[in-house]
Amino acid sequence: MREIAVVAYSQSPCVADAGATNEVELIMPQLQAVYSQLGLASAQDVDFVCSGSCDYLQGAAFAFVAGVDALGAVPPIKESHVEMDAAWALYEAILKIRMGHADSALIYGFGKSSPGELPIVLSQRLDPYYLAPLWLDTVSLAALQARLLLEQGLLTEHDMAAVVARSRHNALANPLAQLAGEFSVEELLAEEHFVAPLRRADCSPVSDGAAAMVIATVEQARAWGAPYARITGIDHRIENHNPCLRDLTDSVSTRQAAAAAGVHRGPVDVAEVYAPFSHQEILLSRALELAPETLVNPGGGVLAGNLMMASGLARVGEVFRRIINGEAGRGVAHATSGPCLQHNLVAVLEGA
Amino acid sequence: MAELAAVVGIGQTRYKTRRTDVSIAGLLREAVDRALADADVTFDDIDAVIIGKAPDMFEGVVMPESYLADALGAMGKPMLRVHTAGSVGGSTAIVAASHVQSGTFKRVLTVTFEKQSESNAMWALSTPQPFSVHLNAGAGGYFAPIIREYIRRSGAPGDIGIKVAVKDRRHGARNPLAHLQLPDITEQEVRDSMMLWDPLRFLEACPSSDGACAMVIAAEDSITGSKPPAWIRGVAMRSEPTMYAGREEVNPQAGRDCAADVYAQAGITNPRKDLDCAEIYVPFSWYEPMWLENLGFAPEGEGWKLTQEGATSLDAGGDIPWNCSGGVLCSNPIGASGMIRFAEAARQVRGDAGAHQVEGARLAMGHAYGGGAQFFAMWIVGADKG
Amino acid sequence: MSEPQADVTVVKSPVYLKYRFTAGSAPARFLGRLKEGVLTGQRCPRCSNVYIPARGSCPACGVPTEKEVVLSDKGTVQSFTIVSIPIPGNPIEPPYIVANIVPDGANISFIHLLSECVNEEVHIGQRVQALWKPAAEWGYSMDNIRYFRPLDEPDVAVDRIGKLPVTGLES
Ligand SMILES: [Zn+2]
Repeated sequence: MREIAVVAYSQSPCVADAGATNEVELIMPQLQAVYSQLGLASAQDVDFVCSGSCDYLQGAAFAFVAGVDALGAVPPIKESHVEMDAAWALYEAILKIRMGHADSALIYGFGKSSPGELPIVLSQRLDPYYLAPLWLDTVSLAALQARLLLEQGLLTEHDMAAVVARSRHNALANPLAQLAGEFSVEELLAEEHFVAPLRRADCSPVSDGAAAMVIATVEQARAWGAPYARITGIDHRIENHNPCLRDLTDSVSTRQAAAAAGVHRGPVDVAEVYAPFSHQEILLSRALELAPETLVNPGGGVLAGNLMMASGLARVGEVFRRIINGEAGRGVAHATSGPCLQHNLVAVLEGA
Repeated sequence: MAELAAVVGIGQTRYKTRRTDVSIAGLLREAVDRALADADVTFDDIDAVIIGKAPDMFEGVVMPESYLADALGAMGKPMLRVHTAGSVGGSTAIVAASHVQSGTFKRVLTVTFEKQSESNAMWALSTPQPFSVHLNAGAGGYFAPIIREYIRRSGAPGDIGIKVAVKDRRHGARNPLAHLQLPDITEQEVRDSMMLWDPLRFLEACPSSDGACAMVIAAEDSITGSKPPAWIRGVAMRSEPTMYAGREEVNPQAGRDCAADVYAQAGITNPRKDLDCAEIYVPFSWYEPMWLENLGFAPEGEGWKLTQEGATSLDAGGDIPWNCSGGVLCSNPIGASGMIRFAEAARQVRGDAGAHQVEGARLAMGHAYGGGAQFFAMWIVGADKG
Repeated sequence: MSEPQADVTVVKSPVYLKYRFTAGSAPARFLGRLKEGVLTGQRCPRCSNVYIPARGSCPACGVPTEKEVVLSDKGTVQSFTIVSIPIPGNPIEPPYIVANIVPDGANISFIHLLSECVNEEVHIGQRVQALWKPAAEWGYSMDNIRYFRPLDEPDVAVDRIGKLPVTGLES
């Protein structure tokens, strides 16, 4: 199979409200940034483009069509879109390169969640006949999951607060983060519950923004002369969306994807885990069987800023950055989608 | 470099205005179960599931694949959701094929659907956005001016659209799954039907349907089923912006480029001669002559002549029948419409198209487009590996 | 024992979601001038084409459009349709004309109503001008223009539609 590498990546700052900026205006600066990392002029200089977004975030059908206006798609380009996090757009692009229909691809994800109420919007992702009419929002579902973990003695509220404290601390060194600061576990535990047993700080913020990436065959990456990180494994698996029909204290699909992606074939220096809630970082680290010495979410993770529909791609981008900066030799990126970690993608990246 | 892949199973629902007898999952399972049976496999033999549909607002369910994963047997497998506007049925098939052609999987299930009756599609397409004039009177209002410009420059007689409307409905009468069953439709009836968006009359526009279409796509070493496989000989997608200065809206470059790409892969130099039939996305009658030109079946300005002389009609014994299944003009579950074109092309080369079979069909084309005629997906399937 | 129930075929489950819609920075500048009764376009720094209403990028080049250009409220019919069905939530009675109109100085058309005309006489290349609502009713909307109506000027040749300068036919 053809060897594929990440060659460029850029992400916008995570902001609670991008104000008047529209989708095209959110995307364009990130595209320009990845072009400039490689000396490309536009999307015309790659063989394939794939994006991820969700119409309902903005509340308009075909919201993604506007994204095409950012690409300079004249003459027409080979382009596709997934109604998923852009990590899955990356997956589609990898298949396109593997089958030989492209040597390079541009991937981008964007979301402007601020116009709506994200947890409520996503409640309509549930079974339309039984669950959606109950308006079960994503925070409440995550709280149910946290409760199970706590009651079964699989973690403590102290553990959860420790995840938050580390995220806020790590985010101090991340200029793109939305939430950062020095907090003690005791300070965090002194805050009242928001949706018990979750406190506000246990939940990722909702952020507007975009991320873009360029991948290519290793040959093409070398031809561009830019530093790159090879994608040596990628896999994703889905489970039942109904939280009553699976074990919420584990993530079986993450375990399956990790095994198929070859996570355990070598040491993991860094792991970027898409955990929108503090307890999920612990749960996912166990499912990925990360060693104690693995650096988890060194930039603060999504608890410090969560670009819906781009955060999964951003996890891959963050691992890429650590590798080309020489901070890590081998890393794991994880993306999730759906209520209580329903669908999980795992990618392994290694240095050139 | 791409691995050889083939369609080995096809399943469709009956298309209808409202399917109140099934849930969304039930509708999909109808198509999926038929596709699995056609391929003589079960969910256990499926490596990944690729699903597509047009905007989520058509049913009012956000990313419905979350809820559908269970019913589609996707537990513990990869599942991907494609959305490329009206072309999505075609691009979903192409993305599904890439799972096999990349050498990553042996056998995948792909399904597309629309259950428009669950919500109000007209409303979903016309969500009033502040700041703009609310002139969105459905897709017809957008495409009618483009059709008018086609008629002006080609000098086509005014009844060409009427002829297409009659031809596709007569084709549809041969297909028991088709939504509109109008075996006795006449040109006069079409002419007398209400003018909706001049020059488009009511009977020149597609219906709005509930329905689903599924396929099983397998690698060369994983072919199953008793029917011959439809080998995928070429796949192509192209996109361009909705509007840009100087955009050719009547004969979009994205369509021309996409066709050139897919023909090159399948070794086609003269589509009218080399192909035995085609399933082309024609939601409004006049798009047949327009796409005949865009796809190179006729020189620019002369597509209407093929329609007029019956070249695209199965009933008239035409040399290049288009939309033998009745096409989008007979059945239009939006998200599935493109995949139906792709699947019907495959049925033809498998010799399994029933009463709308083109005798001896060996090579066929499936086509879908979407947005402001800006997103295109096409494939060529053949009875031979190539 | 209760009676056997009929099949449930429909469950009504209304979905209400509230959004605070934003137009975008570039569209906001366009809307700001529109509130003053001025049509503006934005010129692409790369290909020089003028877009209305600009979304913030030249879709052909994929670069931001930052420079505003004042356009005329006179324009040319690029194409049109006579619509015989009502628009959801719109009081206009069919049949009415929806036209693609290119304002002088722009290189792209927008959709608006065409009225005060004999429907059967409307044609491609026809010259039209905006009829504005009274200034007191102007808001951040293209509805500030009630509709376009025919102008007593010679037709524009098809190959020149979308290429007229802001001065229109006078140049
Ligand atoms: Zn330009």
